[in-house]
Amino acid sequence: MSEWPMSESPMSESRISQPRLAPVRFRGRGFVVTPRWYGGLAAFFIIIALWQAAGSLGWVSPLFLPSPLAILQALIALTASGELGQHIAASAMRIGVGWALGTSAGLALGLSMGLWGLARSIGISVVSALFPIPKIALLPLLILWLGIGEPSKIATIALGVFFPTTIATYSGVDAVPRTLIRMAQSFDLPFSAIVRKIVVPAALPSILSGFRISASIALLLVVSAEMIGADRGIGAFVLQAGNLMQTDQLLAGVVVLSIFGLIVARLIGFLEARLLAWR
Amino acid sequence: MTIIVERVSHRFDSLDVLADISFEVGDNEIFAVVGPSGCGKSTLLSIIGGLIEPSAGAVRVGGVSPDALNPITFVFQDFALLPWRSVATNVQLPLEHRDLPRAEMQALVNDALRRTGLVDFAEAYPKQLSGGMRQRVGIARALAVKPSILLLDEPLSALDGQTREILMEDLSQLLASTRVSAVYVTHNLDEALRLADRIAVFSRRPGRLREILEVPIPRSERMTPGAAADLAALHERLWSLIRTEAIDAEREVGHV
Ligand SMILES: Nc1ncnc2c1ncn2[C@@H]1O[C@H](COP(=O)(O)OP(=O)(O)O)[C@@H](O)[C@H]1O
Ligand SMILES: [Mg+2]
Repeated sequence: MSEWPMSESPMSESRISQPRLAPVRFRGRGFVVTPRWYGGLAAFFIIIALWQAAGSLGWVSPLFLPSPLAILQALIALTASGELGQHIAASAMRIGVGWALGTSAGLALGLSMGLWGLARSIGISVVSALFPIPKIALLPLLILWLGIGEPSKIATIALGVFFPTTIATYSGVDAVPRTLIRMAQSFDLPFSAIVRKIVVPAALPSILSGFRISASIALLLVVSAEMIGADRGIGAFVLQAGNLMQTDQLLAGVVVLSIFGLIVARLIGFLEARLLAWR
Repeated sequence: MTIIVERVSHRFDSLDVLADISFEVGDNEIFAVVGPSGCGKSTLLSIIGGLIEPSAGAVRVGGVSPDALNPITFVFQDFALLPWRSVATNVQLPLEHRDLPRAEMQALVNDALRRTGLVDFAEAYPKQLSGGMRQRVGIARALAVKPSILLLDEPLSALDGQTREILMEDLSQLLASTRVSAVYVTHNLDEALRLADRIAVFSRRPGRLREILEVPIPRSERMTPGAAADLAALHERLWSLIRTEAIDAEREVGHV
């Protein structure tokens, strides 16, 4: 039994005697974005279909815009002849070596800048002076120094990768929660253990998002460098195909590049999922 | 396990934080420090624990147990857990660099987990735990290194009222069953009155030691009905000491 029976309380009478009661109007609609899974797929297929139709129905000349089927055929032929494989191998080697070199150096400098005052002062001035230079502009100079062969291309990629990695590592290390380091110090962890067990894992999210940026820079630079001076590699292949007006082969090369980019992004996503599961 | 704080003063650049603090903490004693926020309590604890060098004065400790792995050990307000490590490996962290046989390290971790009620959570990650459970991990990590002196910096302040109540009970039992001296910093008078043997009251910044109150009831009897009246009187006394300081501290405009 309730102490205040609603029907008899003077309060509720006075409420009922209110002129009119209206339901509260819902005004919380919108601004909650739920992706629809079919949207992206549909857009992809519609674009491909339109593109194919444009070619098949003769809306555009196949020379300027070959149809998706023609590009696919070119891809298959290039793969079968082994030509594509050689170009991919050449590009992958340059990216792999250049990225590894640039990343190692960037990690080392970024970590040092996060840990030591002198390294920080030196690093900040070097990075702010050289980071804004478009690295491809240095390729001619690097060719003079290192020759037209692989080293100059690898060095361009390494330089391009080095700066964003340095910055990502440094800002990651700098943002390591102070209290975690003090905790480790309060348990007398040695310096090397603090770096290994606290600083590096805490900076890892920032380092990995740096990898995303540096990987796309590496891809951009390998193509540019190969267009300037190489006879192998996807960039060189795309340029030659353009010169010969083989637009189906040209676009086949572009497709390979975007697949390459997708694979690298997936790889980094996989690394993040594995290493940053704790977040 | 004695701590002697001798005429410690500290300033950060132009900011005077602690002014001429002296006191002693005896063997197995729980010494609470209460004072308004910003009065230098955490700074004092860091000085006692060797994480900050005082501008003047010194801290000395004596009678440290020979099997203490980390004689002076902190428990942090924000827990300071590594989010990428499980509960068990967080507790293991301070043991890993100590040259212990694997089995002994395991035993220390397990013992600490058992005493803090964490056995079933050994494989969990901090983000899966409530605030109270996280601080249990912080306490387990501190117990695992067999400290002689515990420095607790507002260990329960980040917790909600009910969790705090529960943890306070458990903490009081852990402290009773461990041979350890402790400095317990808090701004919560109930915590101080429940856990401490003596309570030091600090003024607002720059923190000065205004008074040390003894709680004349044994720690184990604080929850008995007979103690309630005495504790209420002490609470009154503490509050009258702190009230004006707290009001002034709260109205203070931050320095830039
Ligand atoms: N590393 C530091 N550098 C400069 N000022 C600090 C530093 N740490 C604390 N302070 C200042 O010193 C005062 C005391 O801080 P703290 O010891 O944390 O107080 P409490 O723990 O009593 O709240 C505060 O005003 C705080 O802003
Ligand atoms: Mg504090």
